[in-house]
Amino acid sequence: MPQSKGASEHELRLRERLSRLRNMPLLGGAKLSGDLQRFQKQLDRLQQEATDEEIWHSVQLARHDNRPYTLDYVARLLDDWFELHGDRFSEDDGAMVSGLGKLDGRTVALVGQQKGRDIKERAERRFGMPDPEGYRKAMRVMELADRHGFPVVSLVDTPGAYPGVAAEQHGQGGTIAASQAVMARLTVPSVACVIGEGGSGGAIAIALADRVLMQENAIYSVISPEGCAMILWRDAGEAKKAAAAFKPDAAHCLELGVIDGIVAEPEGGAQNDHDEAARLLKEAIAENLEELVDVPGDELRRRRRAKFRSLGVFA
Amino acid sequence: MANVDVSVQTGDQPAPPPKHPNTCPSCHSHYRDDELEAALWVCAHCGHHFPMRARARIDSFADPGSFVEEATDLHSEDPLGFFDVRPYTERIAEAELSTGLSDAMVIGQATLDGRGCELAVMDFKFMGGSMGSVVGEKFSRACDSAAERGVPLISVTSSGGARMQEGILALMQLPKTVCAVEDLHDAGQPLLSVMAHPTTGGVLASFATLGDVLLAEPGALMSFAGPRVVQQITREKLPEDFGLAEQNLRFGNIDAIVPRPELRERLSTLLRLFDAPI
Repeated sequence: MPQSKGASEHELRLRERLSRLRNMPLLGGAKLSGDLQRFQKQLDRLQQEATDEEIWHSVQLARHDNRPYTLDYVARLLDDWFELHGDRFSEDDGAMVSGLGKLDGRTVALVGQQKGRDIKERAERRFGMPDPEGYRKAMRVMELADRHGFPVVSLVDTPGAYPGVAAEQHGQGGTIAASQAVMARLTVPSVACVIGEGGSGGAIAIALADRVLMQENAIYSVISPEGCAMILWRDAGEAKKAAAAFKPDAAHCLELGVIDGIVAEPEGGAQNDHDEAARLLKEAIAENLEELVDVPGDELRRRRRAKFRSLGVFA
Repeated sequence: MANVDVSVQTGDQPAPPPKHPNTCPSCHSHYRDDELEAALWVCAHCGHHFPMRARARIDSFADPGSFVEEATDLHSEDPLGFFDVRPYTERIAEAELSTGLSDAMVIGQATLDGRGCELAVMDFKFMGGSMGSVVGEKFSRACDSAAERGVPLISVTSSGGARMQEGILALMQLPKTVCAVEDLHDAGQPLLSVMAHPTTGGVLASFATLGDVLLAEPGALMSFAGPRVVQQITREKLPEDFGLAEQNLRFGNIDAIVPRPELRERLSTLLRLFDAPI
């Protein structure tokens, strides 16, 4: 291999780095290392930003009991709403809603996870965690939209795809992949907005859009804070620490280029004023759609794929 | 070793006493290194498939000397300055040293029975085969390389899912690899996906299941959520073959289960069927 010299030098550097790191003292219960500069940078950041509290506040607001859910927005965003039920195979999954409506006079297809308000509805809607049948419903409605030139709006609000025995048997993983693939093929404009919890694969299944937005207090993450804490700290009680470490808040997602914009919420959070939250969301979606509707379909698709294929940080 | 930071491995129970890696976990037969190697790390007694390293796997089905590795210079960064009980940078450095790899995927050109193909092979030993920015980029480049050369892409996956130390950017490797597969398909080339134990979480929910043909190794766990998570959240009693390749075949989620010694022949047939260039 031509890079063998480079590799051995690289290895030497790594060994050096590791041996240096291991000699550092333990601090605050955690084995802190990283090169000195990074270590210092992290300390500085912790002292300056006090973001742990803010991030955790976002997590709590994103999950607030009175936060508007997808259908609360549908009622305020769209005229002539016509809900479309069922995946055409076996089920109508209440954790996913889909349908057609008019946004400022233009027909759009809307898909989104739906949480429940009371105990009964929460159980029926499985806390907004779709089964594969839910994603299949979303896929067929997005394909319908593509056939008829309707833009797709998706509202993301899920702790994650449902982790159930039947869900696995019915191909949860493959369906999440297939739903992303449908979105990667669309030739109509698409705008996704995380309106609460953007939980992992269950969220990205309907978020491979031309424009991805997040509400100010929404969270978007690879794993729930509790799940991350369980694995890395072996204690779900460390969720706050986990959230601070993987930074699921809107500001950080924007900084990393994962989202295209942050949608403002009413003072104190969307739960305080559903009408105002919907007005702000509608404005953001309409504005983004307006910029996309005149772009040819194959160009939209090309740009969309190029954008997602550029995401990642490596050396 | 085995600091496996993947969602399927929630360790709220004490770890069982360490077993020798050459002892079959299913029938307890014990093998010498050279015996296992000669048998492609398959238990001669019960057929259990031991984990297989990426390079050994490539050697096991590519024509000898045909593999030309690509994108060898990619290394993980630490976009979040992530540390839990240990910094991410330290975990990466340790994984690089213990595996001799730069990340959890090896890609490159090869031939199989003289037919051209591109390979993207994962290595579970590198941080549980977790998919971060480097794995996403390598898979993405493998798609481009296959498209440019007009050859099929063969992927072999073994992964606990997305690498949580890269936070939301790890999740973004799902849509990234999905878009790469779509571009490959638009270029008229197939993805032949081989799923080894385990192929779970974000890798299952992205490129691995988008293959034109989906193969699995016997006994491979292929579930989106790990068994323990499902049990904890749903309190359902899990079927004995929960999430395994055999269950996935029965429910129509994959095309075939292929024992490792037959893989080369089966892939060769597929390359002929898809008219891979000689």
